[in-house]
Formats: sequence, structure tokens, C-alpha cells
Amino acid sequence: MQEIRNYTINFGPQHPAAHGVLRLVLEMDGETIMRADPHVGLLHRGTEKLAESKPFNQSIGYMDRLDYVSMMCNEHAYVRAIENLMGIEAPIRAQYIRTMFDEITRILNHLMWIGSNGLDLGAMAVFLYAFREREELMDCYEAVSGARMHATYYRPGGVYRDLPEQMPKYKESRWHKGRDLTRMNEWREGSMLDFLDAFCKDFYGKVDEYETLLTDNRIWKQRTVGIGVVSPEEAHAWGMTGPMLRGSGIAWDLRKKRPYAAYDKMDFDIPVGVKGDCYDRYLVRIEEMRQSNRIIEQCVKWLRANPGPVMVQNFKVAPPSREEMKDDMEALIHHFKLFTEGYCVPAGETYSAVEAPKGEFGVYMISDGANKPFRLKLRAPGFAHLSSMDAIVRGHMLSDVVAMIGTYDIVFGEVDR
Amino acid sequence: MSENTPNPLAQRLSARLGASLVALTERRGELTLEVLPENWLAVAKMMRDDADLSFEQLIDLAGVDYLGYGQTEWDTTDVSNQGFSRGVEGEGPGRFRWSDRPKAGKQERRYAVVVHLRSIAHNGLVRLRAYCTDDALPLIPSLTGVYPVANWFEREAFDLYGIVFEGHPDLRRILTDYGFVGHPFRKDFPLIGNVEVRYDAQAERVIYEPVSIDPRVLVPRVIRDDSRYDQAKAEAAAAQPAGK
Repeated sequence: MQEIRNYTINFGPQHPAAHGVLRLVLEMDGETIMRADPHVGLLHRGTEKLAESKPFNQSIGYMDRLDYVSMMCNEHAYVRAIENLMGIEAPIRAQYIRTMFDEITRILNHLMWIGSNGLDLGAMAVFLYAFREREELMDCYEAVSGARMHATYYRPGGVYRDLPEQMPKYKESRWHKGRDLTRMNEWREGSMLDFLDAFCKDFYGKVDEYETLLTDNRIWKQRTVGIGVVSPEEAHAWGMTGPMLRGSGIAWDLRKKRPYAAYDKMDFDIPVGVKGDCYDRYLVRIEEMRQSNRIIEQCVKWLRANPGPVMVQNFKVAPPSREEMKDDMEALIHHFKLFTEGYCVPAGETYSAVEAPKGEFGVYMISDGANKPFRLKLRAPGFAHLSSMDAIVRGHMLSDVVAMIGTYDIVFGEVDR
Repeated sequence: MSENTPNPLAQRLSARLGASLVALTERRGELTLEVLPENWLAVAKMMRDDADLSFEQLIDLAGVDYLGYGQTEWDTTDVSNQGFSRGVEGEGPGRFRWSDRPKAGKQERRYAVVVHLRSIAHNGLVRLRAYCTDDALPLIPSLTGVYPVANWFEREAFDLYGIVFEGHPDLRRILTDYGFVGHPFRKDFPLIGNVEVRYDAQAERVIYEPVSIDPRVLVPRVIRDDSRYDQAKAEAAAAQPAGK
């Protein structure tokens, strides 16, 4: 019989552990990976080119659809690029709201990550627990923007509207009634800030709960400890950012090193790993959820005490209010011009980056003075991370590839753009 | 500009790289270095290895096509009293199909590669730009030997802009379909694309056909260079302290 040594297998694009549409061509020697060749682009929609053919404001919605589990962080980078070029700055209350929603987004993302990574590695229950809290935060998205995911809430010059005075409640239905309904609406009696306050108080305990499921779990440790070790040098060379970089022991966080929004007024810590394996990155992300929770608490406190405008009063950038528009000719013209032609952004170029949950999400924007961007380049953390796949995964077993895809925390909306 | 800037990083950069820099500009605290393609590799190596600079990370690499830069589709400077028909012939990517795409004009130095480098040690960010000399075959040395992460970014720039990176180990398409024709992010590539794909029940396979949709632009490209924006900015600045 002929002896077969190396053979090639196709992993994905229709594989539940491929997190979307990753096609991996793996060259195997038995169960050992000799070479991994990720094929990406199956979700390529040409977001950058589409944005170049539309007025600036009309592309904010596209940003939500890039990394579709950390929506508002993407918006933040895009909106900040426009603000940089125009030389405007959002009011302080809007900066705090953005900070708060960036952190809500971080928790949303990490909950999704811990759930799906748990599923990949055989821990079914974490997913169910994580999605319980995710739902509460999604409700905050909905309360403030009307959409659970694709919010389009950040706008150049501020945020679309102020936080709601009343948190929406569950209505009585065949499934939710009586004491059950009262319990579900317990946090929702007051404003959204009251709701978030109650959530934050409760959430530390919830994170501890996830930890009881995984941190000392024998199977979890066998699947992650010592797997996919990234040395600090490798992390530099492969352009890693976010938890991938911090997991390798490098204390780099844009929120601390290049503060934007209201992060310079926040008190929080950056967790770092020691060994740079999948387990360390898991611990980093768990701790980041606690730190995000701390930041949200500080924002809630500040936002309660400091009412004010959430959008600049510059009608060339932000639309006038409905009442004004109905009543004032000038306001009507502003409204019309803003929603047909948009606004012109002074010629120049800028790179604005935010610390998205997955790493550094950057927007490089060139404007030639028109009402549309001349060139928009989106720097997705997942793209850089995934390119290191071959180097990191070589010599590992097939099952470790799954652990590695999980720990990269990739979402194809942003990798393929 | 590079003279009399207080930025210490800019001074260090011009001291180290002086001879190979075409330009060094600083706007809004962002440093942009322009280098010639022949110095591209040497500058990148210097940026990474020099202890005073130590830009350990390549954050982003983008191709840019400068065709039609500053071109407008709606005339705003000399309007007659004849009425509102002041639309001008624009050649934006949304206005033509594949078959009547504009011939690349006499634009000088059409393609550029822009790289963002980050120094973790010194908390710095620098933008490097090089224009490719030949528009017919834009060539530039590959940075994969200096920054491994450039591998995929360069494949992307090759795929979308047709910029060829000399010395790249594996310059394949990355984002577009297998067997794709053309470089879709070039400004002379139509927004509606070239072919569309569907499953043909008779042939029992997926077939490619010319696109059936019409190109159209909903909002024309306008460049306004008037004082209203400055005025609005000044008004906003005046209103800000009261609003806060």
C-alpha cells in the first residue's frame, strides 16, 4: 500500500468553528499542521469604495456592519476621522456618552467572544450565560438608537440624541406575566442610567460566574494553556493590537497611551498576560470586562450630574431640530442641504484609531475638499491578526487551529470589509 | 514644515533620514514622510531598527489611486444667471460602465503606497508615503522582510489597486473572487463592477454575465471652498462655552 504523508484539507468556509466564512487550506502531516493558508474575502463588499461614492454622513451605517459585534467602536473611529479633518469637537457630554457606549460595546464583544470560543472548545453552557447579559446591553443600544445592533448612533459632532429618560419595559405576554414580568422590569423603572447602574452593580458577580465555568476547568485549560504562544517580538512583527498584544505582556492600550473621548478622565487598569498563550488572552479579556464595567460606572455617575448638549450647534454639520426646521426658513435650507449634498470636508488626510475590543481599529481618510471621502482605508485588527495564522499555527494539532481562530476573535465583516 | 517644528520626533526623523526624505510635513500633530520608492526599504529598516526611532509595528498599509483627485461633478465657482444647470462632466466611478471606462489621463504619479508605523517604545505614529513612478506598472519594493505583517496588506493593495510589490513571497489576490479580472478600487473601475454571477438552471452551473444594472450617482461630488464653513466654525466656537 502506498504511504501517504502530507495531505491537504479544506477547513470551512461552512464550518461552525470558522467564525463566519473563513476558508483554511491546511497542509497536514497526520494531525500536525505543516502549513495553513487562510483564504479570506468571501464577505468582501467593497465598503471602502462604496464609502468613496457617498457623502460622509451616509457611510456611518456601513461602519456598524464591518465588525458586527463591536458596532459603535467602528463608528467612533470613522466619526473621529471626519471631526479631525473638519476641526470640530463633540461636546463633553457626547464624549462621555461615546466612552460609555464604547465600553458597553467592549463588554458585548467579549461576551460574544467568550460564548462562541467556549462553544468552539466544547463548553456549551458559557454561551447561554453570556447571552443573558448581552441581551440587557443590546436593550441599551435599542433604547438609545432604535436598533439592537446597527445603531448609527455616533455622528460627526456628537451623538444622534441624548440618553432616554425612560428605559423601555417588557410588555405582558403569554410567556412573561405576573411575578416573572415584575422581576424582568425591576431595573427598568427609571431612566437608562438607572438601568445601567443596576446592571453594573450586578455584572461583577456575573463575570465571576463565567470564571467558575472556565478558569479552573480542566478541559478548558488543556485546550488553551500553552497553545498558540505569541512572543512579544512576534506580536510586534505581526502588527498585533488589543488583547492579542496585551496577552503577550505588552501594556499597550490606545485608551491610555493616546486618550480620546473621555478616557483621560477615567480610572481603569490594563490587564496583561505573561506567557502569551490562549489561556492568558482569555484571562486578559475577562479582566477587561471588569475594567469596562468600572468605566461605565464612572460615566454613569458623571452623566447623571452633568446635563448638556450632545451635538455641536453647527448646522453645516448637524441638522437643526425638527421644531426649528418647521418654523425657520434658514433651518429648513440647512436641513435640506445636509441631507442631499452633505457637507464638504477640508482637503487633507488623517488617521484616527480607537481601541476597539479586538484591537486597533483605524480609519485612514483622504479628503480632497469634496462632500465625499477621496480615499477611505479601514484598518481592521482582525486582518492583521489572521495574517499571522500560518506562522503561529505551524506545528500545532488540528484541534488547536480551532482554539487559535477563537482566540484571534475574528469577525469576517471587518477582515473582508 | 520640517523647519522650526518643536516636535522632537520630527527633528529626530529629519536628522536620521534627512537625505532620503522628499518631504516631511506635520498637520494636526500627524507626521507624514514622503520618500522615493528606491529608498522605501532602507527607510523602513532604519525606522524599525534605529533605537531613537524604533517603530516596531506596521499598523496599516494602503494603496491610493490619485486619479481624479480634486475633480468635481458640480460647478460651484462660476455660476451664471441662467439657472441651475451647472452640472459638469465628472468621471466618478459611479458614472460609467466597464466598457466605457475613462482612459487613464495624463495624471502624474497616480499610485501611492501609504504606510502607518507605530512606535510602542516612544508612543509615536508616523505616516510614510511613496509614489510609484510608472503608472502603467506601479512598482515598489515589498516590506515583508522588515515587517512580516505587510504580507497581507500588500496582497490587498495588489488585489485592489494593481500595485506590484517587488520581492513579495506570495503576491496573490486576497479579497476578490478566484479568477477576478481588474483591480476594483482603481478610480477607473466602475462602481457597478463588470460581471454579475448567477446559477443557471439549464447549464446547471454558476455563470458570469455582464452586469445588468445601470450606473448612476445619487449625490454629485461637490467641492465647496467658500467662507460659510469657516463662519459656521467660528459661530460654533463662540457658542461652545455657553453650551458646555
